[in-house]
Amino acid sequence: MTTFSERLRSLHSRNPDRVAVTLQFSGATDDLPLTVDQLLRGANCFARALERAGIRPGEVVILILQHSEDLVCAYWGTILHGAIPSIMPFLTEKLSPERYRADLSALISVTQPAALITYPEFESEIRSALQEGDSVREVIVTNRMDRRSELDFDSLSGFQRQPEDIVLLQHSSGTTGLQKGIALSHQAVFNQLNAYGGALALHENDVIVSWLPLYHDMGLIAGFIMPILSGVHLVLISPFDWVRAPYKLMQSVSKYRGTLSWLPNFAYNFCTQKIRDRHIEGVDLSSWRAVINCSEPVRPESHQAFYEKFSSYGLKRDALQTSYAMAENVFGVTQSPLGSEPAVAELDREAFMVERVAKSPIDGRPAMKMMSSGRPLENVRVKIVDEAGSPIHEGKIGEVALQSDCMLTGYFHREDLTQKAFVDGWYLTGDYGFILSGELFVSGRKKDMIIVGGKNVYPQDLESLTYEVPGVHAGRSVAFGIFDEEQGTEEVVIIAEVDSEKSEEQQNIADAIRLHVTKNSAIALRHVKVVDPKWILKTSSGKTARSANKEKFLAELRNGALGE
Amino acid sequence: MTATIPSTLATFIASKILKQPSRIIAPEQPLISSGLIDSFSLMDLALYIEDTFGVRIEDTELNADTFDNLTQLASLIESRKK
Repeated sequence: MTTFSERLRSLHSRNPDRVAVTLQFSGATDDLPLTVDQLLRGANCFARALERAGIRPGEVVILILQHSEDLVCAYWGTILHGAIPSIMPFLTEKLSPERYRADLSALISVTQPAALITYPEFESEIRSALQEGDSVREVIVTNRMDRRSELDFDSLSGFQRQPEDIVLLQHSSGTTGLQKGIALSHQAVFNQLNAYGGALALHENDVIVSWLPLYHDMGLIAGFIMPILSGVHLVLISPFDWVRAPYKLMQSVSKYRGTLSWLPNFAYNFCTQKIRDRHIEGVDLSSWRAVINCSEPVRPESHQAFYEKFSSYGLKRDALQTSYAMAENVFGVTQSPLGSEPAVAELDREAFMVERVAKSPIDGRPAMKMMSSGRPLENVRVKIVDEAGSPIHEGKIGEVALQSDCMLTGYFHREDLTQKAFVDGWYLTGDYGFILSGELFVSGRKKDMIIVGGKNVYPQDLESLTYEVPGVHAGRSVAFGIFDEEQGTEEVVIIAEVDSEKSEEQQNIADAIRLHVTKNSAIALRHVKVVDPKWILKTSSGKTARSANKEKFLAELRNGALGE
Repeated sequence: MTATIPSTLATFIASKILKQPSRIIAPEQPLISSGLIDSFSLMDLALYIEDTFGVRIEDTELNADTFDNLTQLASLIESRKK
């Protein structure tokens, strides 16, 4: 039994001069290596700043910082002080400042942080989200901190924490998600790292290369906490830099001999389509022993395209792997066995759709392919249950339920949600799937949630945004996701009914919806369809039936009726 | 190629970015300042221009400072062809 602070101290005593993290920046700026000693000295400044501000161990500290040395040090400094860090995205030019402020205020009211840490350019934005009488007692601004650092472990209050105490919070994306801070204990995180590290055969010679944002579980655990606490070199690229220049991932893997990376499914397509050969001349990807597809439905077509594009740069076929993960289990639930390709099952389409069962195709009948997400980690038990919660036979599709020693302590300040999430000691994931020969295949979702490029968005939130656009009436919009084969991820479609049947006016409203939703949500909206009254299908009780409207939309698309 | 550069670009933007294939985009219509094209779509546009017109355009080159309508974008492409 140990804690994050104890582990940091032992890594420091073992080898203070080892490079723990290398930060990469955009433009011509040199890479910044940080040794364990530099990292902990930097972290110590933040721990002392929190101490001086009177922040107590066990209180929540929200970090709103760009990709920087300060972000890394503020995180571990909060840990060393014994407070609970949670990273929130900062405002980008895409998002409307009013929306950002409203979301931040909502988060503060649920999570009750005692302090926020930010950079000077962002201070006024943060202050405008604060309200009289809220929980925030201090806003620590990075340029006004005392940077002298006497590293004296014994006087840091993080060493008073116990393994079962909450160590960090993860917030999932989406307005609905903001209300759910997933609280994890030191022990749960270490149990995950032991099990997941074991499945990867993680070794101190590994090099993890990541561009993933740290406010998301895949980035935070696989691309930040696991390497640092396991003594594995981490090379960190800014997510904003990667999205504009995806070839940087390949260059970094080549430069640092990266061995492990995690990507959401869309990123395989994105890299395949958007990286130009002239940007990766001479790049060598042969050191990559696992590129793990996680956090969106996994597609064999995406692996195939990625392999074809990068095999001539040394990418090994069996480096392409899969995992199924969720923040409630810290991160990994399953992992495909490394060293061979993930299993791909060929299934009878009709049996899958109608009987909800995975069977081999009968001769001549249409087949479909699904890729496995791998086997449960050694500390995780997975079962598939029916609507009543009873376990069902291998091959039958049902809801994925799990049990492990690395589950969340609870949804922070939301005991009601915690109670609902577990049934008889099993956590119900809300995902549908089936098991074949011990491998988990994830086949869909119980909830209406849409996953766009690894980001979870809720159709209810998008519909509410649509109602804010002049000309659209409440209750007369529907949002859903359609799978886009080319992009390897879901794309959001919004349909809105308007009174005007003039095409020019309809087009103006469509543009206004596109702009408003893009400014106020995590996605960039492309598909908008403005329709005449009575297009949207309702159930007999007057509710909008998302799946029925999706079928109608797809049928019109197939029939080429989609002129506008 | 029979279509002019602006009309070729207009077809691509309408069908691939706006998902409205029959939409008409006027040559002087603001595209970025109006929010019609978001920043994530600019990369797709840059790749399309390279492949279609055989000129070099880096991903980060297309932004609100370099063009805002089809006429400006077409002259940017023309200047690269020389």
